[in-house]
Amino acid sequence: MSTTTRGFSGRRRQRTDGRLPPGQYDVGDAFPVLSAGPTPRVDLGTWDLTVQGQVDHVARWTWEDFTALPHEDITVDLHCVTAWSKFDTRWRGVSLDTLLEGISPGGSFVSAFCDGGYTTNLPLADLTGGRAWAVDGYGGAPLEPVHGGPVRLLVPHLYLWKSAKWLRGIAVTEHDEPGFWERFGYHGYGDPWREQRYAGG
Amino acid sequence: MTSIDTPDRRLDGNALAGPLLELFTIDLSAAMATCVHCDGTAPLGEQQLYADAPALVLRCRDCTGVLLRYSADSHSTGIATVRADLSGLRLLVAHVPAAGASR
Repeated sequence: MSTTTRGFSGRRRQRTDGRLPPGQYDVGDAFPVLSAGPTPRVDLGTWDLTVQGQVDHVARWTWEDFTALPHEDITVDLHCVTAWSKFDTRWRGVSLDTLLEGISPGGSFVSAFCDGGYTTNLPLADLTGGRAWAVDGYGGAPLEPVHGGPVRLLVPHLYLWKSAKWLRGIAVTEHDEPGFWERFGYHGYGDPWREQRYAGG
Repeated sequence: MTSIDTPDRRLDGNALAGPLLELFTIDLSAAMATCVHCDGTAPLGEQQLYADAPALVLRCRDCTGVLLRYSADSHSTGIATVRADLSGLRLLVAHVPAAGASR
C-alpha cells in the first residue's frame, strides 16, 4: 500500500457521485498515515482483546482466539477529520456484533482503548447492526502496524479518529466519556456528513 | 510499552517553536518542560513532536507521555481558532528579559 506522510501531497480531487462528505477531498490511491505517538510494538503471544466495563462478564480473546472468530470482507469509504477521504478500501475483520454477542451491557456508551494509551468514545449502538468491525487485514494482507495492526477498530460511518488503531478493548460505560481527541475539543460523535469535526461547531 | 522506532514519523520539539508563537510572545524552544507523567525535565525543543495528526502532539522524550497538544485552524473570516492543551506539562520554566531591565 502506498503511504503519504507530512504534507499529504497530491492533487486534491473532488467527486461528483455524492460519496464525498462536505469539506472533504478524494485522496486517491494514497493512504495517509496519521500518528499522534509512537507505533506500539505488539507481542501477539501476550496480546488480547477484551470487552469489559459495565458488563455482566468480561469477554477476552487471545490472538489465537481472535483469528479463529468468523471474519468477513468489508469494502468501505474512509473520511478523516483532516479532510481527506479514501474510497472503496478493502478490509477483513470481525464484526462487533460477534464480539458483543451474549454481553449484557450496563451502559449505552463505549470507550475504545488501545496500546499506546489512545482512547475514543462512541455510542454503543453505533458498534452494532453491521456497522463496525475489529479488523486485522487490509488490501488482502495483514494490517500493517502504521495503519493500526495487528487490530484496529473500523467504524466507517464516523470520522476516522473513531476507528482506533492498535485496539485492545471496548469498555462499556454508563456515561459518554470523552477520549483522546474529544478531550481536545473534537466532536463527541463525529458524523462526516454533518461535518461534526469540533464540539459545538 | 515498547514501540517500533519510526523516526520518520516524529520531529524534534524545535519544530513547534513557530506555531507556538501564535499564542506566546517568546520562543519556548529553550524553556525547560517538566512532564506531568514521569517528572522528566528537558528543553521543549528536545522533546518529541508528532506533526502528522489532527493536532501537533508533543511527547516526553523520556516516557512518551503527552506534554501538550496544539492546533490552529484558519477560517474564511480571516480568524484562526487556536487550541492548546498544556495538561501534560507539570512545569514550564523560561528565561525572559525582566520588565524594566536595562540593556
